[in-house]
Parts: sequence; C-alpha cells; structure tokens
Amino acid sequence: MEKSGSIDSLGSKQSSSRQPSVDSLSSTSTSRSDRSTHAAKTPYAMSSDNVSTSTEFSPELRGRPKAVAKVLRDSNKEEPQLLPKESVQDMAKDVTYICPYIGALRGTLTVTNYRLFFRCMDREPAFVLDLPLGVVSRVEKIGGASSRGEVSYGLVCKDIRNLRFAHKQMEDSLRKSIFEILMKFAFPVSNGLPTFAFEYGQVYPENGWKVYDAQVEYKRQGLPNESWRITKVNDHYEVCDTYPSNLVVPVNIPDEELKRVAAFRAKGRIPVLSWIHPESQATVTRCSQPMVGVNGKRSKDDEKYLQAIMDANAQSHKLFIFDARPSVNAAANKMKGGGYESEDAYQNAELVFLDIHNIHVMRESLRKLKEVVYPNIEESHWLSNLESTHWLEHIKLILAGALRIADKVESGKTSVVVHCSDGWDRTAQLTSLAMLMLDGHYRTIRGFQVLLEKEWLSFGHRFQLRIGHGDKNHTDADRSPVFLQFIDCVWQITRQFPAAFEFNEYFLVTILDHMYSCLFGTFMCNKNLKLNSIQLEEFTNPLYVNYSNHVLFPVVSMRHLELWVGYYIRWNPRMRPQEPVHQRYKELLAKRAELQKRVEELQRDVTNRSASSSERAGSPTRSITPVQTFV
Amino acid sequence: MLSSLGSAAGKSAKPSFVSYVTPEEIKSEKEPSRKEKHPDLLPGEVVFCSASTVLKYTQDDLSQRGVFGALLCTNFRVSFVSDEAPTEEMVRTAVTLNNGQFDRSLHRYEDKKKLITGGLVKNKYPSKIIIHCKDLRVFQFSLTFAKEEDAKKIFQGIVHHCLEPKSLRCLFAFSYCENTSYPEGIGNDSTLCFSPPEVQRKKQTVMFDSVEDWTQDMKRTKGNCRVVSENSNFELSPKLPQLFIVPTNVSDEDLTKYQGKGLPMWCWSHHSGCGLFKTASIPLVQEDNVFCRMLTAVAHNHLYSVKTEDLSDTLPTVQDIQLSYNKFKQFFLIDNTTEFWMSDMKWFSSLDNCGWLDIIRQCLQKAVEVVECLEKENTNVLIMGKDQLFEEGCILFDKGWPHILCPDILFDIYIFFTLLENVCPTMTLVTEVNSPYQPVPYTLYPHTPSLTVCLSWQAESPYTQRGPLNCLTVWDWSVQFDCKAQDLFTNPLYTEKPKQDTSVRKSYRPKHLRQLSLPSSAFKTPPKKGFFKDEADNLKKILGVKRLSRWMLSPSSDSPQTSSSVREFYEAWQTKPLDYHGLLLPCLDGPSIRVWMQRYLRWIHDVQILGGGPVAVLSKISEILGEVQELQRELDRYGCTLTSNHKGARPRAKTAAVIAARSSVRLSSSFPFVTSRNWSFKPAIPTSLLQSLMVTGMAGNLANREDDGGDPESLV
Repeated sequence: MEKSGSIDSLGSKQSSSRQPSVDSLSSTSTSRSDRSTHAAKTPYAMSSDNVSTSTEFSPELRGRPKAVAKVLRDSNKEEPQLLPKESVQDMAKDVTYICPYIGALRGTLTVTNYRLFFRCMDREPAFVLDLPLGVVSRVEKIGGASSRGEVSYGLVCKDIRNLRFAHKQMEDSLRKSIFEILMKFAFPVSNGLPTFAFEYGQVYPENGWKVYDAQVEYKRQGLPNESWRITKVNDHYEVCDTYPSNLVVPVNIPDEELKRVAAFRAKGRIPVLSWIHPESQATVTRCSQPMVGVNGKRSKDDEKYLQAIMDANAQSHKLFIFDARPSVNAAANKMKGGGYESEDAYQNAELVFLDIHNIHVMRESLRKLKEVVYPNIEESHWLSNLESTHWLEHIKLILAGALRIADKVESGKTSVVVHCSDGWDRTAQLTSLAMLMLDGHYRTIRGFQVLLEKEWLSFGHRFQLRIGHGDKNHTDADRSPVFLQFIDCVWQITRQFPAAFEFNEYFLVTILDHMYSCLFGTFMCNKNLKLNSIQLEEFTNPLYVNYSNHVLFPVVSMRHLELWVGYYIRWNPRMRPQEPVHQRYKELLAKRAELQKRVEELQRDVTNRSASSSERAGSPTRSITPVQTFV
Repeated sequence: MLSSLGSAAGKSAKPSFVSYVTPEEIKSEKEPSRKEKHPDLLPGEVVFCSASTVLKYTQDDLSQRGVFGALLCTNFRVSFVSDEAPTEEMVRTAVTLNNGQFDRSLHRYEDKKKLITGGLVKNKYPSKIIIHCKDLRVFQFSLTFAKEEDAKKIFQGIVHHCLEPKSLRCLFAFSYCENTSYPEGIGNDSTLCFSPPEVQRKKQTVMFDSVEDWTQDMKRTKGNCRVVSENSNFELSPKLPQLFIVPTNVSDEDLTKYQGKGLPMWCWSHHSGCGLFKTASIPLVQEDNVFCRMLTAVAHNHLYSVKTEDLSDTLPTVQDIQLSYNKFKQFFLIDNTTEFWMSDMKWFSSLDNCGWLDIIRQCLQKAVEVVECLEKENTNVLIMGKDQLFEEGCILFDKGWPHILCPDILFDIYIFFTLLENVCPTMTLVTEVNSPYQPVPYTLYPHTPSLTVCLSWQAESPYTQRGPLNCLTVWDWSVQFDCKAQDLFTNPLYTEKPKQDTSVRKSYRPKHLRQLSLPSSAFKTPPKKGFFKDEADNLKKILGVKRLSRWMLSPSSDSPQTSSSVREFYEAWQTKPLDYHGLLLPCLDGPSIRVWMQRYLRWIHDVQILGGGPVAVLSKISEILGEVQELQRELDRYGCTLTSNHKGARPRAKTAAVIAARSSVRLSSSFPFVTSRNWSFKPAIPTSLLQSLMVTGMAGNLANREDDGGDPESLV
C-alpha cells in the first residue's frame, strides 16, 4: 500500500536520531562563541550538511582565529568523525575538488555510507567539504580522460549547488572509481540498499517523546466542540490511506456517510478540518478534488457534507471553495475523472481558482533559478534574469492564495474548503500558510513543528517522491520543490514581520538541509526535536514578540518579495552578510539580562539589609521587567 | 461614482487632469462650518488662493469616501485643511502633512507638459486634479463641489506657482529667512528641544563657511594642505567655492593665473597621508603644463604618487541619470490599485530596464575603486570630470564613506546639495547594504524649507556678494521636528567610537596598525587596465579627449578588469574583522543592490505592511535599549557603576523607545511617514494574478500536465 509504505519509511526515520547535527552544532557553536566578538557570517554552519560551509570558506570568514584553529584541530584527521553504523566505503588520495569560488584544491576524498568527505591539507587553514549523500541528486562523469590522465565527475546537488571533482584515471582498470562507489551509496534505494537512516535509527530506539500529538493539537483548538467531532473512521486507513487516523468532521455526518463522501473525492481524501477560528468558528478544511468527470457527476453526500461544513459556522451563510489550480487545469482534470465543484450543485458555495501551477512548472522554475544564481551571478541583468525564472512569481501566487484564505476566514468569518488535485501539495502549502497567518501558535518553534507534522506529514505530503530520497532517477517527473516553496513563503513572511516569529532564518535553512540529508523524518518527528539550549539559541529570533492574537497579512506584491539569498545563494562567499546584526541583537539582550540580574541582586541586598524594606520591594524595577519572554 | 471615474483615469495613459463631470450622487452634505481655514502659516508665507468644499480622496480608499476641506495655495505649498471635526482633523492632517510637517512645497511639483503650455489652462478648469509630487506622493482632489470661480482660481494658481519657471528669487526660502529671526548659534528653538544649549552648540554641524571649519576638518584627517581664502569674494572665479583647500605646492601664482581653472581641491586625507583631490576638467585649449603642474602638486602631497580618474569617461552622464530616474520614478507614481497590481507583474524587469540600480551600482563601484587606491595603494587620487555632479558624487562617498558614522562629521554642504537628487538614493543604499545605519536615510529627505534655502544659496552663490544671507540650515532639525521625531533619526544599534582617549588622532591609530599587519598577499593587485591611468597616459587622454558614453550600453563588456579588482578588494576586506569605525565597503553583487523601499514605497497604500516592516525591529530594539538604560540608571541610583560598553544607549533612545514601542503592532511599514490609523486592517489582495505566467508561454506543456503522472500505486 502506498500510504503505509511512506508512513513506514517515515516511522523508521522517526526512530533514528539526529546525532550528527547535534555534533556539528556543538562544534560549530564553540566556534561561534569565539566568533561573537566579530561574528560576521553567522550560523550557516548549523546542520551536519553544512559543516562544509563553515569550513569551506573559512579563509573568507572574518575574525575567527580560534574558530579556524578549531577547524584545524578537527581536521587533522584524514577521516571524518563517523556516526554510529557509518562506515568508510572508499577513500582516494590526490583528488581535485574544483571549487567555483576558490579554485582547484587537491586533497583526500572519503566516501561512507552516509557522507562524502573531502579534505585539502595544502591550505591554511585546511579545507573541508562534508556533505550527506542524500543531498546528491546526480553523479555524472564529465568528458573523457584529460591530457593529464584525469577523469572528472560532476555532482549535482539538491541544495542548489554543483560540485566538481577530478582524479587520476585508475591504472588498474578493474578497480572501481571512488565515484562509482559514491553512486552506489548516494542512491541506496536504486541499488537495493537500506537508506542510512534505517540502519542508523536502530541504534537509537524511540523514546516516545513526540512533538506532535493530533489529540493535543485538536484540543488546543477547542475540538471536539458542539459542531465538530473527532472520528475514528480512518483508524486503519480504510477510508483514506494518505490521511491520519484522527479526523475532525462535522458532528452531524455519521461515519457511514463519510465513506460515501470518500468515494466521490480523489484518493478518498474527504474534506476534514485543519483549523478553526477561536472566535468566529470559521474553519479551514482541506480535501482533494471531487470526482466530477466529463459527465458532471454529482454526489448528494458530498453536497450535504459541504453544507454541513458551512452550517457548522453560524457567522456566515456562505462557503468558499478555493481550488489551488488554474481553472484551465481544473477543467482539464475532468477528462481524468476529476474536476471541481459546480456552483449549481453546491448552492451556497463560491468557487475561487488560485492559479497556482503544478509540480512540473515549479520544478522547471527552480532549475532555471539555479542556473541564474549558481555558481556566479551575472550582475548586469540580475533582476530580469530573476524574473525569467518565475520563481518569485510562483511564491507570490502561493502567498496570495494563502492570504485570500486567511482573509476570508478572519475578515469574512467564512469557512473555506481548500483543495487542488490530490490535496497533498498545493493544498498543504495553502492551508499551512494560512494557518501561519491566522494563528500565532504556529509561529513559535514548537508550533511550527506541529504545523509541519500536521499539515504536511500526517496529511500525506509525499516527501519521498517529491525529493527522491536515495533514488538515482533524477529526471523523475514526480520530483518537485513543493516543500522548499512553502519554506520560502514562510521566510518571506518572516521578512515582513521580523518580530512575529520565534524562529529565525537558520531554523528554516536547517529544516531544508535535513529534508535532503535523509534524516528529515527524524528531524521532524521525535525526541531530537528537543532542541538543546545551544540549538534553541541558534534558532531563536532575538526580537520575537509574542503577539498571540495578531493575524499577519503579508503584502504579496513583488515589491516586497525577495530572493532568499541566505538559502539559494549561500554557497557564494561574497553574498555573506557584511554585518552580524543578529549578533548585535543578542548582545543587547545579554546586556539587559546582565543588568537585570545586577539590579535584582542589589534589590535583594537592600531588602535584606534594611528592616523597613517593604517599600523598596515594589520598587520601580518591577515596571521595567520585560513582559516578553526572551531571556 | 468615484471608483468608476478612477478606473477610467487609470486606463487612459495616466492623465494628470481628468475633466469628467463627476456624477451627482455624492451630495455635499457637509457645508463647511468655518469658511476660512488656514494651516499654520510660516513666517513670510502668504496664501495666494484657496477653494473650499474640495473633496480629497483616494482610489484605494475602501470606504470610497473622500474628505471635504479647503485647498490652499501659498507661496510655499499647496495645503489641504479638512473640514472634519477637530479631533479627526488632526489625524487627517497628519496624513497629508507628513507627520505634522509642512507638506509638499511648491517646487516639488511636476506635471504634464500639456498643462504648462498655457492655452488649456486659461479657459477651463477641471473637475478633478491629480498632483504628482517629486517626493512621489499622489494626491487627488475633486473640484466638483467647489465654487466655479474658486476652482478656477485654485487650479490656475497651483499650475502657475508650481509649474511655471520662476526666478530663484521667488523661492519661498528667501521670504522665509527674511522673516525669521534666527540668530547664529543657539537659535530660538531651545523651547522645542529639552537638551541644554551647550549640547546643541557642540553638536552643531560644521558648515564649512569659515577658514576654521576647513582647517579643523583637515586637521581631523591629518591632511597637510593649504586653505585658500582668496576667493571669498569670488575674485578668482565665481564658479569656485569661497573657501577651499589645495595642495601646499600650489602657488599663489597658480591660483590667479588660470582663474582657478584646473585647481585640484582637497577633499579628504587618508590616515596614511595620501589624499583625495578633485578638479573640474581642464579646458582643452589650456597648455599642458597647467595640468602637469597641478598633478605634480597633488603628487607632492604624499610620496609622489598620484592616480587620476576621469569620471566623464566611466560614469553615466547627467542626461543618462535623468532619463533613468524619470523612468524609475514612474513606478511609484501610482494612481490606483489596479494600476499597482498590473505593474507588479513585470516589476523586476521594469526595474532592470530603467537602469537606475545599475547607475547606483556604477557609482558605488567607482567609489570603491577610489577607496581602493587610497586604502590599498596609498596613492593620492585626483578625480576629474566635466561632470561636476559625478565628480563630486564620488568625492562625497570617499569623504563620507569611512567617516559617515562619526556624528561630528558632516559632508561638504555644497557637494551634498548639488547631489541630493541623484546621489542620495545611492548614499542611503550604501548605508542600507550595511544595514545598521538606518538613520542616515532620514537625514537625506529634502522635506524642509531650510533645505530649499541651502539649495538656492548654492545655486546662486554670487548673491552672497550682496551681503550675508542668513539662511537656516537643514541640520538644525529642531526647527522643524520636536525631540520625539528627531529620535527617529538615530539608529539604536549605532555604537559610538570608543573614547578611551580624548584625542581624535589616537583613535585612528588602531585602524592603521590593522592595515599594516595585513598579509601583503591580500593586497597584491593585478595590473589594472582601464580606469586608473598613469600620468602620461592621462595627459594624452585629456588632450585628445573624446567623450565616451559607452557605459549605459555595455556595462559588463568594458569593465571586467575593474570589477575583478574591486571584487578582490572587497573579498580581502571581507576576511578582516569588521570595524564599524573603519572602512566599510558595500557589496555590489546583483541581489545586494536593492530598491530603497522606505523612501520609494512609503506613500503606496497597497504595499504597507501593517504591524510589520523595519519599524517592527526598530521599535523592539529601541524598547530593549530603553530598558537597558533604565536599568543602568537604576544601578546608578544604587551607587554602583557597571562598566558599560554599550555605547548605543544614548540618552535620546529612551524617548524613541517610548514612541516606537507604543504600538508597534499597529504601526505600518511606512512609519513614520504615514500614520495609518485610518486604514482598515484589510489585506491587499492582488487583482489580476495569473495572466503573465501563461502569456509568457513558459513551459506550456508542463503546465498542462498532471501532478502525478504515474500510477501512485506503483510507487513506494
């Protein structure tokens, strides 16, 4: 079964650990504290895949003598520090890494079942490239043997970079090149090998601590209530194998009718509640397209069901159905049995198309974007080139769609139903973004993880297919940067509301990195999310103000959309920020904390010393104690 | 109704005046209660004409309702006073009058040529006026309900006073300063600001109008040149400033012989001793030896090295800039929502095509090149240009650049104002790239009457021959802003130069040492072709000069050499620890050069981020700073001194914190320029979304494909 397949793989990833990144975090954080005096280019080096970044350009990083020393110490060994169950598969000396920014570097290349590790000793400080094989999308031999008898290999990565290596032709022609070994372990699925996360996971048994508990989240939203109930109809994934077991549905629709509704919705993905407005009771519900077909089939059950969704909200006598697709595509789906709700059949519903394109268009757009930004940027027509990729245009459409949903729910007090074709790509983008705008809880670190767990994982976004974990078929038409787009949209909102999110840019980058490193499920699902204090600090936005009841309406004009340089162009050392503003904020907060402590100490002293201290106790400092919760 | 009218106006090619007869649905229920309403006039300000029952409205106003009021035209501004109840009036005026400031001064108007060329204006009066301001605001008034006579008068009055060329003498600034008693020094504003007079005196801007000012500035940078005061009555040349500095080797004879032509004027000295000089380009007929003499004089300044930079060859011309800016600003003069969203689709390519950001990049790059020469090679640099503007533009950078952060440093006023229109976006862009220095942009807004004074003073400097003209300086912000508003100019994150030592010289030393300690390899430059030429080469160039305006056409093809050198310079700088008081370089790569949103988009309703934008950060930071200061004070009260190394905590920040933190949730990104209390909390939903994508025909067949081509069951 498709569903259980994907869930299984996720589940097993859940049980593995994020140890590597913890390692790298702690090591980088040491250097970061050293850095704090100047700390120019901060924590791009947070996750395991990015250790490379911190070290790769260490000569370019300013003012970190200790950090550099640290790197040197670490890298005195030829081999990387291995994870449990990680083993070296091959090692080759005299490999040349052709860095687009520094130039050719000669060093030692190590391939394990988890990573590629390149080290160049000639440079001061040593140059290290350390990336999980999960990031690799394609390995190809470039050209034949060169005049110097070298063969060259190109690695196309999923994180917007390409790596190029060259090494001497093997004298023993029977021996496999290290890159052939690499190919084997980079694409375990294609080669009938277990993914590393499987093996690795067995070392760390799950400890049961979970970020996401559907019951808890529904309870937070005040569910079940008089209009909505939690049904167990999908307990064994019988109604829909890509839905979670707990579903929230209108109270007056019995399970039997749900099954009939499921028959009319693509892949059985019936409309279920994602979010309910705490005051107006307007809801966001998600589903897949109705199976209308060319003949305009109708389902009384489905019509009744949507009516019930509308009726559950007393504030409005209308229901908005947001179809994420362009209307042309929605119509074309009728040929394949799908389609959209006709307004004749659904009396009080208004159908709106949000014009968001399909996964193929998005994939193509990202490909173009990579061409424009990597390795170098052409200055003269930068903006036109950027426009020609349409990437930000797609981001705008997605944000605009989410904004309209949020607006209808918040300002119009009207319930909405969101779907695309299957309801797991564009639908997930839209509902989760709208929820992020509407509900401050999802803007905390913890809440954001819940949001991802809920809207993306539990409702069956097909990470495996869209990213192609461990699969060498890089031309697979099912691959698409759907989740990346979502994270980009989140970043755009954080740019516009710099104080409204508890997490920062690094958190988002780290999430994306772990998605590719094949430890994504891990990252999302279990104990490892208990970020230790260092991680928390790295990911925390120092300026976060908890406006819990504040709805964010971002401006979706191109004027305010920007390319996310910190992600797409992060490999280019020139694009590192010139100034550690982030660090300055933290210093300021530290200063305040220090002073607060001093004042409190003094107050305590005074209180203790003086018998008539009662007036002092309520002294002015109280009034200046911050209401917010950062320190 | 109004909306339909508006869309009609939007469709036609942006008419400034639309003369439809507005349908009568809108009743003028509100008869103006008080006929005569005036804004608070400035000394010397006179109302020329006025009309009451004018409807001010916006196309984007969701309520579709305008405000009635009186429209006045004075010798300084066009002003609208609303008829609403007093409380609301405050709000309304705050909107129109830009934070209680004087609104749009007459000389900022631009309008369509059609109107300027008489004829039409005489007989007709429109029912509707759309005013495009130079600061990119758009106002729309309906005259339908005003008395015909008044309407005609106000319309003609505005056209006459805003658009028709006038003698500079008519500038309001002259009437203003004649009518303002403004003694030098402390001024009459101490009531406005609570800081004691001494503080103000100390902070007062160096105006470079006395020998002492120049000497002091030269000393500050340890320059070693001579101040020339021979031109104080414009005897040498009316084109030269009254005071300037030349290399010591320039003799008195040199000064007089050529009427000051080709004189290298000192701008700034690097701590190594090398200096930056500028000169207007030398007339071709002049004998070679003038130039040689001057070049030698410059070379003598430090180590006998000099590089020249002829800007007219390498930077866009004033015409190029004007052309580009004219295109650029059209993007911000937006009449209605539909137009806004239409233009949103091609935003990036339109920006690219107008070339504005490219010009800014070129300017910055040139400045970095000059800095590179001074900083890395320690050679004197002589900047030449027929184009005074650009020459000075670069000087401004070089001079201001390393020191832009010192609060006591001010730019050469003359240069600054000449450049205002073109360079200030550049300036601020630079500062934006190094984002902590937010306040700088604010200081550049030409919002004030006093600025006009300075401009006119500059433009007609011979006036001063008739006796001292006691102009107000824009730098004395207290004339127009109260303390609270002035606080918005300060960047809460700015850290002052550490003052372990009172001597100014000392503080420069560390920078010098740092430079010396750098590995020499980092400073190894490849031989440069192109822009900096040696002496002989340049002489040839000068004599056989042929103007090359190739820049706009092929920015990349002719400058690879330079940009690679600049690149290296930047990368070398990047590896060094950041010194806020030392050298700062802008990143010139594509994504780093961005539109200065706060300036250009501040009046456009659809892009205001309610509860967000930079002000959200600013207010948060100010709040924290305020708390830090409060705690510090608390500690002081306990008689305990904690060594504070956070110099950002300056006394004023506290008040800033109070204003900004007040309700940052409800502030919009256009704060403080627009207070958004009247706006409904509704998101701006784009109209017309899709078209562009499909029209461009991108990946047509991809778009039609199914999301999941394969049979899902076959997949894992």
